[in-house]
Amino acid sequence: MIPERFLNALLLGGLLGVALLADWRDEPFTITLATRATILAIAATGLNLALGLGGLVSLGHAVFFGLGGYAMGILAFHAQTYAPVELGPLAIEGTTSMPLIWVTAIAVSSLAALVIGLLSLRTSGVYFIMITLAFGQMFFYFAVSWSAYGGEDGLSIYVRNGFPGLNTLDPIQFFSLCFVLLCLVLVLWSRLARSPFGLALNAARQVPARVETVGLDPKRLKLAAFVLSGAITGLAGALFADLNRFVSPSMFSWQLSGELIVLVILGGVARLCGPVAGAMLFVALEHWLGGLTEFWHVWLGAILLLIVLFAKGGLVGLLSGRPASHD
Amino acid sequence: MSLLALSGLTAFYGSSQALFGVDLTVGEGEVVALMGRNGMGKTTTVRAICRMIVSKGGLTFAGRDLHGLPSHAVARLGIGLVPEGRRCFADLTVRENLVAAARPGPWDEARVGDLFPRLAERRGQRARTLSGGEQQMLAIGRALMTNPRLVILDEATEGLAPLVRAEIWAAVARLKIETGMAILVIDKSVRDLARVSDRAVILERGATVWSGGINELTPAISETYVGV
Repeated sequence: MIPERFLNALLLGGLLGVALLADWRDEPFTITLATRATILAIAATGLNLALGLGGLVSLGHAVFFGLGGYAMGILAFHAQTYAPVELGPLAIEGTTSMPLIWVTAIAVSSLAALVIGLLSLRTSGVYFIMITLAFGQMFFYFAVSWSAYGGEDGLSIYVRNGFPGLNTLDPIQFFSLCFVLLCLVLVLWSRLARSPFGLALNAARQVPARVETVGLDPKRLKLAAFVLSGAITGLAGALFADLNRFVSPSMFSWQLSGELIVLVILGGVARLCGPVAGAMLFVALEHWLGGLTEFWHVWLGAILLLIVLFAKGGLVGLLSGRPASHD
Repeated sequence: MSLLALSGLTAFYGSSQALFGVDLTVGEGEVVALMGRNGMGKTTTVRAICRMIVSKGGLTFAGRDLHGLPSHAVARLGIGLVPEGRRCFADLTVRENLVAAARPGPWDEARVGDLFPRLAERRGQRARTLSGGEQQMLAIGRALMTNPRLVILDEATEGLAPLVRAEIWAAVARLKIETGMAILVIDKSVRDLARVSDRAVILERGATVWSGGINELTPAISETYVGV
């Protein structure tokens, strides 16, 4: 059994190592895979806040991922065409600056999470899952029919957006940027988990009624977690769009919401580096199994089944020997 | 003026009425015992005070009508509940249980640790692994961390070993003497309640049937209403 701290370092070190090795051996595609895993890990860490700490099974997290993606797509598209974004009387210039795009992605997705959270947190259990799914579908079909930004075909961005001092088109530099963001998000997650807010959220997941007796509103705690969670997933969406230089309605799809849940469960629910392990495994399987057989999802399903049945704490739980912190 | 005042309080579980007129007051620094046989409405009264069930009638705390407030707002006004069956946050450690509940005020981890040294020893241990007595201490500690003006102990020592019960009662007595905190306490043992309380209120069939100073509670009265 490997101590969880050591395992976390190993996972992050492994991710970084793969990218650096690939850079040294001049294999840009492998770096792109590592970047993909990194970005998915950020998105899943966002979900791990709602799902892991708050126990909120959101089947609509693709909404935030997609909003982040479209925030990037729309801003970059307008920068590409030199036409401002018309928002009623407001005309906003497009931009190719990553930090500005990130701020926009975070703002838009947290606002969406606030509204969706306010409505869906009135329910719980299977109804919560259904409502978040419904919101996901709403956004999906809206994007499909939004012809101004490519509709079903999506939107291609010809040049990757810029970050001051970096050449983002160089795979390893873009990877490093995403990796640093992943580390920052993980630091934030672990601090939140140990803060009074995180502990109260944890308690609200276990016994909401008892949290009320100590003067805390479980709904407000969950809403705050949901908004933060959406913001992080939104940031990942913007990065994902920049990785592919392409956004399409599939970023809003419920399959993607499901994949994010799978990543968290594969790696370990409520584990700091669960989403990192999940994303690495997922991308590796997608690449290798996908190369062997067209039906790689079947094998992914089998692996997921085994993990859910025999390793309740996910990969991290299995390797660290610490049992699941909760179902 | 009383800190907590219930007058003619009625309460309902859905359409069935559970309380038929509870009169009860707890003054600042006063310890009041709430007595009665099983099923007479003690816990229901507590749930009504904490706004966990629908109630009607007079229900004020520090001069404020509690009707219309959600449960968490009542707790914020200064009512710390130690619920029946303890209900600690099982997956959190002792320390985390306390931190999660903390609100600013004189009560902090150190002070709770001073009141219950056993909790201080087990601060890193998960609540689910504690003994019943330790869980009750934790539930009391958690209520104190909210820095309440009134603590409600529902079944203060239910199902605990005699030595642990003595520890809990000693802590209640300490709270009364050292902090002058108002306490509303429910327990099976009339003798233990008589030792710490200033006054007693007895419920029967969801209504107050007797209230008075603890010295006025004669064996005959307690035999009639409580059965011991």
